[in-house]
Amino acid sequence: MEMMMNDELIVAGKHYHSRLLIGTGKYKDFTETRAAIDASGAQIVTVAIRRTNIGQKAGEPSLLDYLPPSEFTYLPNTAGCYTADDAVRTLRLARELLDGHSLVKLEVLGDPHTLYPNVIETIAAAKTLVKEGFDVMVYTSDDPIIAKQLEDVGCCAIMPLASLIGSGMGILNPWNLQIIIDTVKVPVLVDAGVGTASDAAIAMELGCAGILMNTAIAGAQNPILMASAMKKAVEAGREAFLAGRMPKKLYSASPSSPTSGMIERID
Amino acid sequence: MQIWINGKQNDFESDSMKIADLVSILNLTGKRIAIEQNGEIVPRSSYAETQLNNGDKLEIVGAVGGG
Repeated sequence: MEMMMNDELIVAGKHYHSRLLIGTGKYKDFTETRAAIDASGAQIVTVAIRRTNIGQKAGEPSLLDYLPPSEFTYLPNTAGCYTADDAVRTLRLARELLDGHSLVKLEVLGDPHTLYPNVIETIAAAKTLVKEGFDVMVYTSDDPIIAKQLEDVGCCAIMPLASLIGSGMGILNPWNLQIIIDTVKVPVLVDAGVGTASDAAIAMELGCAGILMNTAIAGAQNPILMASAMKKAVEAGREAFLAGRMPKKLYSASPSSPTSGMIERID
Repeated sequence: MQIWINGKQNDFESDSMKIADLVSILNLTGKRIAIEQNGEIVPRSSYAETQLNNGDKLEIVGAVGGG
């Protein structure tokens, strides 16, 4: 198992032993958020940047109290942004908020109904952010050409959707994901669409470097148990990928047990 | 003077305020926030010397749960 010990996810030069990245939205409360993240083993957690509640109560709990930035790598996102300008502004604020932290998740949406990414605005934002020194993990469609262009403008990880954000519909186009994985040199992570553990395993078996998920865990009946299931699924899928699966043989049956030494038939 | 904070108009008696004064009035001192003044980031290190002007538009943000 020594090989597995050294099998780390490397993003923007930093090493992570967990290949599961977790979103922190939609949990019942911060205690549940923390427990689920602990069960998932995730080291990278996404956060959203939103207007501070002015006039808030002094002792009001904050996400950061439950997930100290000293323990986790924060991945601020641009959820809810529909233009490159808004996304860039949001991440500049995030960088100031997190003391110069440069690792970010860029997503520019195109439509509030499907939350499908607007890849044209995404590429424009990515160019600006890379120029400004950000390490950009980018959410995108499963279009291999766009994925390559995002790598070419300097994104440090490409994160295609498996299906729509929050849909839990699973891996709808494994062939496109496979093309992206084969085409792009930076890590490819599935972001969005995973619904249950087998979806995560399938994505990892394809050769994804990792998976980012939120609703699959937060929306489960028992989020903490699902977080644990996802941890195992990502690890199992990764090991299966590294192990190299047996070839599929449609019509060539091959018994697993010896064909000789059978007991004799009594007539 | 009038300052727009997170999309809402706020009136302050003082005509000369620094960002740090406002942060203190809003009970946000020491909180993990980031501030944009008329579209430009104000680094935390310069709150004390950054002057607020009548009609300024501020965005004050923090980190919240999200995917």
